[in-house]
Amino acid sequence: MTANEPKSRIITYRQALNETLRAELERDENVFLIGEEIGVFQGSYKITAGLLEDFGPKRVLDTPISEEGFVGAAIGSAMLGLRPVVEIMTLNFSLIAIDQIVNHAAKMHAMFGGQVKVPLVIRFPGGGGQQLAATHSQNLEVWYAHIPGLKVLAPSTPAEAKSMLKAAIRDDDPVIFLENLALYNVKGEVPDGEQVAEIGKAAVVKTGTDLTVVSYSRGMVTALQVAEEFEQEGVSIEVVDLRSLRPLDRDTICASVRKTSRAVIFEDDMLSYGIGAEISATIGEGAFDYLDAPVRRVAASEVPLPYSKPLETAAMPHAADLSRVIRETLDATRFKK
Amino acid sequence: MSEVTMPRLSDTMEEGELAKWVKQVGDVVEKGDVIAEIETDKTTMDLEAFESGVLQKHLVEEGTMVPIGQPVAVIGDGAPSETESEPEPDAKPDAAPDDEPGAEPDVEPDVESGAESEPEPETEPETEPEPEPEPEPEPESETAEASSSTADKLRMSPLARKLAHDNDLDLDSLTGTGPSGRIVRADVDDAISAMKNSGTTAAKPEKSASASASNDDAEVIPLNKIRKVTAKRLTASQEVPHFFLTNVVEVDRLMALRAEVNDELAEQGIKVSLNDFIVKAVAIALRQHPEANSSFNGDSLLRHRRVNVGIAVATDAGLLVPVVADADRKTLSEIGAEVVALAGKARDGKLKLEEMSGGTFSVSNLGMFGIDEFTAMLNPPEAGILAVGAASPELQLRDGELAEVQKMKITLTVDHRALDGATAAAFLRDLKGILEQPLRILV
Repeated sequence: MTANEPKSRIITYRQALNETLRAELERDENVFLIGEEIGVFQGSYKITAGLLEDFGPKRVLDTPISEEGFVGAAIGSAMLGLRPVVEIMTLNFSLIAIDQIVNHAAKMHAMFGGQVKVPLVIRFPGGGGQQLAATHSQNLEVWYAHIPGLKVLAPSTPAEAKSMLKAAIRDDDPVIFLENLALYNVKGEVPDGEQVAEIGKAAVVKTGTDLTVVSYSRGMVTALQVAEEFEQEGVSIEVVDLRSLRPLDRDTICASVRKTSRAVIFEDDMLSYGIGAEISATIGEGAFDYLDAPVRRVAASEVPLPYSKPLETAAMPHAADLSRVIRETLDATRFKK
Repeated sequence: MSEVTMPRLSDTMEEGELAKWVKQVGDVVEKGDVIAEIETDKTTMDLEAFESGVLQKHLVEEGTMVPIGQPVAVIGDGAPSETESEPEPDAKPDAAPDDEPGAEPDVEPDVESGAESEPEPETEPETEPEPEPEPEPEPESETAEASSSTADKLRMSPLARKLAHDNDLDLDSLTGTGPSGRIVRADVDDAISAMKNSGTTAAKPEKSASASASNDDAEVIPLNKIRKVTAKRLTASQEVPHFFLTNVVEVDRLMALRAEVNDELAEQGIKVSLNDFIVKAVAIALRQHPEANSSFNGDSLLRHRRVNVGIAVATDAGLLVPVVADADRKTLSEIGAEVVALAGKARDGKLKLEEMSGGTFSVSNLGMFGIDEFTAMLNPPEAGILAVGAASPELQLRDGELAEVQKMKITLTVDHRALDGATAAAFLRDLKGILEQPLRILV
C-alpha cells in the first residue's frame, strides 16, 4: 500500500449526492440549487441536508409548488451563465414542467443556432415500490431519453451518483439526472477525490461469457444479485449498466452480446415502447448475427402501479422474473455449463 | 376456433409442403375430412381436420414448405372474425395465433419470444388496442443466398445461421433442437464436431462451385425429396463405424425348392421369388440371433422385439425401403404377396409412411442385375443390411466329381457399435445354413 493509493469510504447513495452537491457548490460559485423543500426542510429525501445552512439562500433556493415556474427560472439562469441544479421532488412532478424541459431546455441551443447553452441539471427520483400509488411511482425516464437536446443519466451506485452528478453539473447541456427512491439508502464504496464520469458510457459491471443482462438504475441491484446466483451455478452472466440513457452507448451493449450470444434486458418501466425495446432493437441492429436466441425483456406489468402492497409487488419486475427469463433464454439455446 | 398445424408425419420429417388445398375457405369441414394434401419428405399424405366447423382461413398458399407445428389453416364456427374483416396487408404464414374474436382484449406483448415464454395474464385497460406481437420473426432470408430455397424457411438463430454459413455446412443436414425445432448454435456445433470426428463432411458438396463453373456441360437436376432424404440418411450412414462379412451360399436346393413351390402352387396363384425366400431366411436367422436385430442408441442398445425387414426398392424417383413387418411370423407366400404390393406402391409413390417405418434390418438385392457381389450401406438406425448378389453356376468338386453348383454371394454390413465380428459371423453362418437347407424356411 502506498501513500498515493486513493482512499475510499462506504457511504449511501444519498450521502454521495449530498457530498457532491456540496463539493460542486464549493468548486463553482455559478452552481446553485433550486426546488421545493430543499432548503429549510433539507429536501424531501434529505439529499440537500445542511446545504442551506452552509451556502445560504442565494445558493439554495426554496420555491413554491410551481414546477413549471422554477424549471423555467432555472433554464433562464442557465442561458445567462449560471449552473442551476434543480430538484424536482419526484419524476412524476416533472410532468408539470415538461414543456419547459422538452420545448425550451432541450431546444434552445439548436434553435438559437448555438448562441446559447443551457447548462442545467434536473434531478429527480423515479421508481415505485414505496406504496406511493400510481401517480407517484412512475418510471418515465424514457420520455426524456427520447428527446434530442437532453442528456439522461441514471447512476446505479453511490460512486456513480458522485461521478455522474459532477459530470452533469459540468456539462453544458441540460441533463436529466435520474435517481431512484429505492437506491437512496444503498451503500457502496465511493473513492475520495475528484472523479468525473464520461457521459454516454455504459459499463460492464460484471464480466461474463454466457448471457448479457442489460439494466440501469435500481434494476442493476437486482441484475447483479441474479448474476451472482447464476455464478454459483456455474453460469457466467455479463451485466451491463447503461448509466447513460441518452446518449446511449450502443457499442458496449453490442460488444457484450456479440460475446455472449444471449441477452435479457431488465427494466423497471413498462415493456411497451420502453428502454428495453430500444436496447433490443440496438442488439438486433448491432449484433444480429451473433444472437442464438431472441432478446428477452423483463419489465413492469402494464398497469397503473397499485397502492396495495401485494399488488404493487406483483406488478413490479423482480429477481425471480429475471431468473426465469434468463433460464428460458439459456434453455432456448440448449445451454450446457 | 382452432388452428390446423403441420403434423409430423414421419420420423425424418422436419417440414412438409402444402401441396394442395382440398377444402377452400368457407367450406364446411367435418372432423376427419381431408382438408389438404401434404407432401412430406417421402410421400403425399392427407391432412385431416381434427374439429368440425367452417374453414375460415388458409394461412399458407399451395406449394409452401411449412415446418412441423406451424399453423396452416383456421377452422372456426363460421362467424366472421374481427381479424378476417380487416384487410390483411401481408398474409404472414405465422400470423394469427390469437385471433379469437373479441375473446381476449389483448395479449400481453411480453411474449416477444413466442413459444417459449408464458404470456402473463394481465389486466389491461380494455380500450388500449395492443398490437399483436409477431410471434417470432423468421430469421432473415437474405443471408440464405448461399443455400437452397429451403434455407430461408428453416427456423434458425442468426448465430447458428452465420456459423453454418462460415463453416460451409449444408443447412438441410442440421437438426434443430431449440424451441419449435429452431436450429441453435449447439446444433451447428454438434454438426461441426460430428464432421470432424467422422472425417466425413456434412458440408455442402462442392457442387455449387463446379456446377456453376460448368453449367453448360451438365444438366442441373434439382434433388427431389426422396433423393434429398437418401443423401442425408446415407451421409449419416457413412458416419457409422461398420464392417463387411461375405459368404458364398450354395443355392441349388433353394432354387429347386422355389421352382417346386411355384409349380405346385401356381394354381392357387402363389408365386414366390428367390428374394422372398431370402427375406424369410433372414427373419428366421434374426429371430435366432436377436443381437443382430438391434440398434445402437447413443448410450444404449435397442434389441428389437419385432423382426421387421426392409427391402430396398429402386423407383424412378429414387430408393425406397418398404418394410415387411414381423417377417419372421409370416409365411413365405404372405411375404411374397406383401413385397409385390409394397414394391408396386413404392414405384407409384403411394407408400404410406407406416409402410416405410420401423425396419430393424434390411435386404438389398441386385442379383437381378447380374451383380456378383456388392456391399450395401446401412440404413440407420438398423444395425445390419444384407447385400445379395446373383446366383451363378460354378464348377466344384463334389464327392470327387466335378459338379455344377449354383452359388450366390451375400455380404453383410454391420454397425460395429451394435455388434461385433464374431456375433455377426455367427449370424451370417446360420443364415447361410438356412439358405442351403431351405426346407427350414418352410417349416
